[in-house]
Amino acid sequence: MCLGIPGQIVAITDEARQMAMADVSGVRREVSLAPVALGPLADLVGAWVLIHVGFAMAVIDAEEAAATLEALRGLGEAQETLEQMAEGAKALEDQ
Amino acid sequence: MRYVEEFRDPKAAKALIAAIGRVADQIGATREKPVHIMEICGGHTHAIFRYGLDKLVHEGIEFIHGPGCPVCVLPMSRVDDCVTIAERAGVIFTTFGDAMRVPGTRKSLLQAKADGADIRMVYSPLDALELARRNPGKEVVFFGLGFETTTPSTALSIQQAAREGLTNFSVFCNHITVPEPIKALLDDPHMVLDGFVGPGHVSMVIGVHPYDFIARDYRKPIVVAGFEPIDLLQSVLMVLEQIRDGKAEVQNQYARVVPEHGNPISLAAIADVYERRPRFAWRGLGEIDASGLRIREKYLAWDAETKFGIGYAASPDDEPEGCECAAVMTGRLKPTACPQFGRGCKPETPLGALMVSSEGACAAYWTYGGARVAAE
Ligand code: SF4
Repeated sequence: MCLGIPGQIVAITDEARQMAMADVSGVRREVSLAPVALGPLADLVGAWVLIHVGFAMAVIDAEEAAATLEALRGLGEAQETLEQMAEGAKALEDQ
Repeated sequence: MRYVEEFRDPKAAKALIAAIGRVADQIGATREKPVHIMEICGGHTHAIFRYGLDKLVHEGIEFIHGPGCPVCVLPMSRVDDCVTIAERAGVIFTTFGDAMRVPGTRKSLLQAKADGADIRMVYSPLDALELARRNPGKEVVFFGLGFETTTPSTALSIQQAAREGLTNFSVFCNHITVPEPIKALLDDPHMVLDGFVGPGHVSMVIGVHPYDFIARDYRKPIVVAGFEPIDLLQSVLMVLEQIRDGKAEVQNQYARVVPEHGNPISLAAIADVYERRPRFAWRGLGEIDASGLRIREKYLAWDAETKFGIGYAASPDDEPEGCECAAVMTGRLKPTACPQFGRGCKPETPLGALMVSSEGACAAYWTYGGARVAAE
């Protein structure tokens, strides 16, 4: 819960709600850019961010993102987070 | 050095381990008279066990595992409150998966779900918001859990719900803060702590200054650390060097991610939505002053405690039979010394919360070597 996972912002999906699509280890997930929205949102497209429970909490560089992902894979946390994302998507559909 | 080869930079790791050994010798740390370093964050606990760092470094260094695993410190009565809310008709109860197996006095959320309550594991409070939009006839409750790393996410979600006028969304707030339990542990005359490895991602939100009191008032060093093995080793070395040089400072090993003053937008959202409770109960630690957050009056329409008439009340810590969670939590006992470890209590069937999450000390011991110990 506390480790977060790096993702790359691919597109702004909802300007008003500060939402964007992120690529997280090949999985697409909508995230909130609110915590890092210090300037125009469009400037964040292409940036790497550290994502905690769906919120981009810090902008990081590509090298830091790669190292962090590797460390998370070592801890088994990357897989766990991706499963939680899938679980979250499923929860929206369940009746 | 069993695991060093799998580090991203084994050479740097070996150099750090050697340097740690030298400084530990200079201090005079031995297995009998070790230096006690507490890693506060559960993510660090997990990494220390995963990479066997406690075995790799000088034998005069003893890691004390801190209270930084949110599901581990959640009082059983709060799990009971979750179950009570989830069992109400018309409620969709949403939670992080970590919290599903935490035992309550009656049942866990997993058991409540099996018994028919509409409980859904989500990745983010954003998923709960979306569920509320899609199910206007239902009350969607999000179980707000965690330290300052996750607190901004629920604060920002509540602000968003307020902007949209989404009134069928609420948060059952159990957010807690890091500095207060550290103060409580430092005030505990039974605790021997010589220095701290500080949490990286909590600090990304709050910055490094909330730890100033540790250095100023208690004269203990603290180094905010990243969670790669190299980060942890370097931070341990920085703590030891401070001890050797008679210093007590707040240092930031993880400056590449942790700004000195934290994340201003997140801090503003937290301040807008939450206020401190006078006190809050921690499993194993008891009640700690000003260590928990609740939703401010202006957002009470999104407060599940208000909506469901559930107040915060301290409950006597009714721990399961023969469980030593409290002693393990305060570092007085190793997990393997608990009579339930590996017998009544395993990750699949946890008795205590420390066995539930990969960030809990008991689960970490079990996963990375403890199973072997129990079998012996
Ligand atoms: S082994 Fe289980 S019961 Fe014993 S201290 Fe750990 S979590 Fe608690």
